[in-house]
Amino acid sequence: MELLTILFEITTGHGLAALGAGVAAIGAGIGVGLIGKAALESMARQPESSDDLRANMILAAALVEGVALFGIIICLLVVLG
Amino acid sequence: MKEKLDSAIFYTLNIRTFASFFEQIYSMITEFAKRFAISTLIILGGVNLVAAQTESHGEVDDHTHDTLDAGHNSLDDGEHGDFVAKDFIIPHIADANEIHFFGDHHNGFSLPLPMIFYVEGKGFDLFMSSEFHGSHATLTATGPNTGTVYVKHPDTGITSKGGESFYDISITKSVFGMMFIMTLLVIMLRSMAKSYSKRPGQAPKGLTNVLEPLVLFVRNDIAVPIIGKHKADKFLPFLLTTFFFIVASNLLGLIPFIGGFNITGTIGVTVVLAFAVFFISTVNGNRTYWGHLFWPPGVPNLVKLLVVPIEVFGMFLKPTVLMIRLTANMTAGHIIILSFVSLVFIFNQNYGEVAGYGMGVFSTLFMIFMYFLELLVAFLQAYVFTLLAAIYFADATQEAHH
Repeated sequence: MELLTILFEITTGHGLAALGAGVAAIGAGIGVGLIGKAALESMARQPESSDDLRANMILAAALVEGVALFGIIICLLVVLG
Repeated sequence: MKEKLDSAIFYTLNIRTFASFFEQIYSMITEFAKRFAISTLIILGGVNLVAAQTESHGEVDDHTHDTLDAGHNSLDDGEHGDFVAKDFIIPHIADANEIHFFGDHHNGFSLPLPMIFYVEGKGFDLFMSSEFHGSHATLTATGPNTGTVYVKHPDTGITSKGGESFYDISITKSVFGMMFIMTLLVIMLRSMAKSYSKRPGQAPKGLTNVLEPLVLFVRNDIAVPIIGKHKADKFLPFLLTTFFFIVASNLLGLIPFIGGFNITGTIGVTVVLAFAVFFISTVNGNRTYWGHLFWPPGVPNLVKLLVVPIEVFGMFLKPTVLMIRLTANMTAGHIIILSFVSLVFIFNQNYGEVAGYGMGVFSTLFMIFMYFLELLVAFLQAYVFTLLAAIYFADATQEAHH
């Protein structure tokens, strides 16, 4: 019964927007996680190139994050608009 | 003895290299300071233009006002019993006509800001936002010059009662914050530039010590490796200006109790910043850049049909993403911190006082954590914006290599 109420609230209110924000966060999480993993592995292999790698890691993470933020902006528009 | 001599030689050598090093930085910084003033003026002018774009039409008739009032009153009644997180968070991240310190509208403390309206055919109106008064949610004020009655409502914004259309070029919270930041930056960076001529060849002191690593960081870690040593100096003034402007406005937004400035989270500000990046990279675009855009080399002709539209679309998409990234990041930071505040009230209201206190401890800890994260993000977003701007400039001035 609780679950049904929650589902009902999701479909009637702005719950779908919240779900959308969650999905956007999942995508960004996977993306940033992969970037961090790859950067850490590369740094462990070649510690001398850490500085270059760090700058590029932040850049790639920012690009991935940008896509997720698109999703979040749309969710915000749904809730506020 | 020999060791002493050696160390003396080493010392003088060091001093000499240091002196030349500082000379370089000094010329760079004076140049930067000169162009800084111009760039800030351009940015401020652009921001005011964007602000002026939000033209209000006073076409809402009295009937709609009444219904809106009724709607808002019922909402007001709800607010006393129910805590609605949205109504708490949104006013904090939105732009406003006063700097709000604490308390609510009736018994709080806030600093009024000047309102400037231009009514077509009638002229300008200038008055402070404290002139707005009235009961309930609807506030009215009469323009001292044109006699236009301005109506302020949380749902419709500012409209005029008689239906005149007007331009709102008021100094809002964000504009005030930007003016403050620009004055601060000009004073700080001018004094920094002066200190290099006053104390040539000596180690930096005081404020210069704080700012020099940042200037050097933008130059040595962003501009030079990406744009190239020779072309970097041309773009450095803009990159430094945007970097310092974004860092300063992000940090101003993090200071609690002074109105919660959300300057870089306002889309009008980032639009202008992104447009400046777009404009500079388009104006500086060389043969190779346009060639790669409209006639990519080494791509089969049929594929070009597909690639060229995407590339041209991408040219406009890049600054758009730049704009949205900064806005969304800063706004999201503010929303997260405010959500933790809201959680206390929501728990207090729904699950009792004990849960409210418990949540208070929990949220405070999380808020402190988020504050530190936001401090990092304030610098990170400025870094990312400057880095991406530098990459677009490097793209525009690339050399043919094939």
